[in-house]
Amino acid sequence: MGVVGVQGAVSEHLEMLAKANAEGVWVRKKEQLNSIDGLVIPGGESTAISKLMSESNLFEKVKEMGTSGTPVFGTCAGLIMLAKKGDAQVEKTGTRLLELMDVEVNRNAFGRQRESFEAELEVDGVGKFPCVFIRAPAITKAFGECKQLATYNKYIVAAQERNLLATAFHPELTQDTRMHKLFLGMCKR
Amino acid sequence: MVELTVGSARLKEGFAKMQKGGVIMDVTTAEQAKIAEAAGAVAVMALHAVPSDIRATGGVARMADPVKVKAIIDAVTIPVMAKCRIGHYAEAQILQELGADMVDESEVLTPADEENHIDKKKFTVPFVCGARDLGEALRRINEGAAMIRTKGEPGTGNIIEAVRHMNKMNREIRDISNRKQDEKYLQLKAGDYRVPLELIKKTAELGRLPVVNFAAGGIAIPADASLMMQMGSDGVFVGSGIFKSNEPEKFARAIVEATKHFDDAKALLEASKGLGEPMKGIDIRSMKEEDKMQTRSK
Repeated sequence: MGVVGVQGAVSEHLEMLAKANAEGVWVRKKEQLNSIDGLVIPGGESTAISKLMSESNLFEKVKEMGTSGTPVFGTCAGLIMLAKKGDAQVEKTGTRLLELMDVEVNRNAFGRQRESFEAELEVDGVGKFPCVFIRAPAITKAFGECKQLATYNKYIVAAQERNLLATAFHPELTQDTRMHKLFLGMCKR
Repeated sequence: MVELTVGSARLKEGFAKMQKGGVIMDVTTAEQAKIAEAAGAVAVMALHAVPSDIRATGGVARMADPVKVKAIIDAVTIPVMAKCRIGHYAEAQILQELGADMVDESEVLTPADEENHIDKKKFTVPFVCGARDLGEALRRINEGAAMIRTKGEPGTGNIIEAVRHMNKMNREIRDISNRKQDEKYLQLKAGDYRVPLELIKKTAELGRLPVVNFAAGGIAIPADASLMMQMGSDGVFVGSGIFKSNEPEKFARAIVEATKHFDDAKALLEASKGLGEPMKGIDIRSMKEEDKMQTRSK
């Protein structure tokens, strides 16, 4: 399992993968992607992650892998990266998205850090899950084959589409490995 | 109705974790904030003046005018942090109310309380605090800091103090880590550092600070950022180094690159080329003791 390691909560994802009995690799160079069965795009700052992925040539390769069926799991900023369409904020900053998943996202749907929150939500196929939202984005629209896994208020906060899994929250900041196990299940198929 | 939790330690420390591997840049205007964001900064620190100007101007340095901070908040989509004086919880309350994403209880500003730091657990927003050694770092964490940074010597463009602080912290962490089975020794250290034994045990077990730890105070060129990252920093703060250089855009981009590729000499070489004049800087040995900002709190 690779974790895109240009910026953000990389070591937390690696720890979760290890807890779920998978081998994780901190991916900083394009060449490291050749021996990967699945890829995690972690939380961090989406503007920085997008820029740094482009500059290290990870961007095109990840897009190609996601298109050709390699499982990709995006959390928070990773969800933004996976989306086909961003909001005005994403456009304003010229953030390049991978445009893999049939979703439209709102970059800071819940507000600033003081509005960041934790809530236990029902996730399809997982059950009640401790969801940690940090300046989190949300899915405002899912279309095509994308199916929603969890909602909060008017937003979709977890979704799956073929080989792609995305959450607006941070399972890597909890002790609960079920979201990572769900993803590892997708990688075995 | 779903029950919500806000302001938990997990949310505060989690916010800091999202900054890892990144560069947080000091800015004084909305225009500078936009330059920082475009260069790939993970966050900006809103100030009324950069540390080297604060140093030059003298007088009492206070939190920035909320109107200026708000203009910066409105100009960018990345998180905006702001500084308050040590112990000045009223300034921190104002910054939280304004929407600052993190408050830096900072020695760069003139301290308001020589005895107490802010009780940071009372706040919803997370705090970052400076430290010169493990004892200082753990005291701040015990007060509720979600992130630590080296103090270095702000506004000097001289990395020597940040290096000193990181070295000392690393040495002290190794020491308790090597003796983590020795309950008596850890108890002694808890007394020395004036923190609960549990916090010492946790740090010894992890072999690192239990929260995100950035470098700050003297980073002026890409190589400085790389040096601090190689010493184990989770990321860097750059104060005067960017907007006191001749080419802020170039310096900002180059420091972001150097932070990401901190252990790749080839990339570092590229990032270091042709940047123009960095900030001038100050030799610490020529400074008077009372002019140092790092000794303003313990």
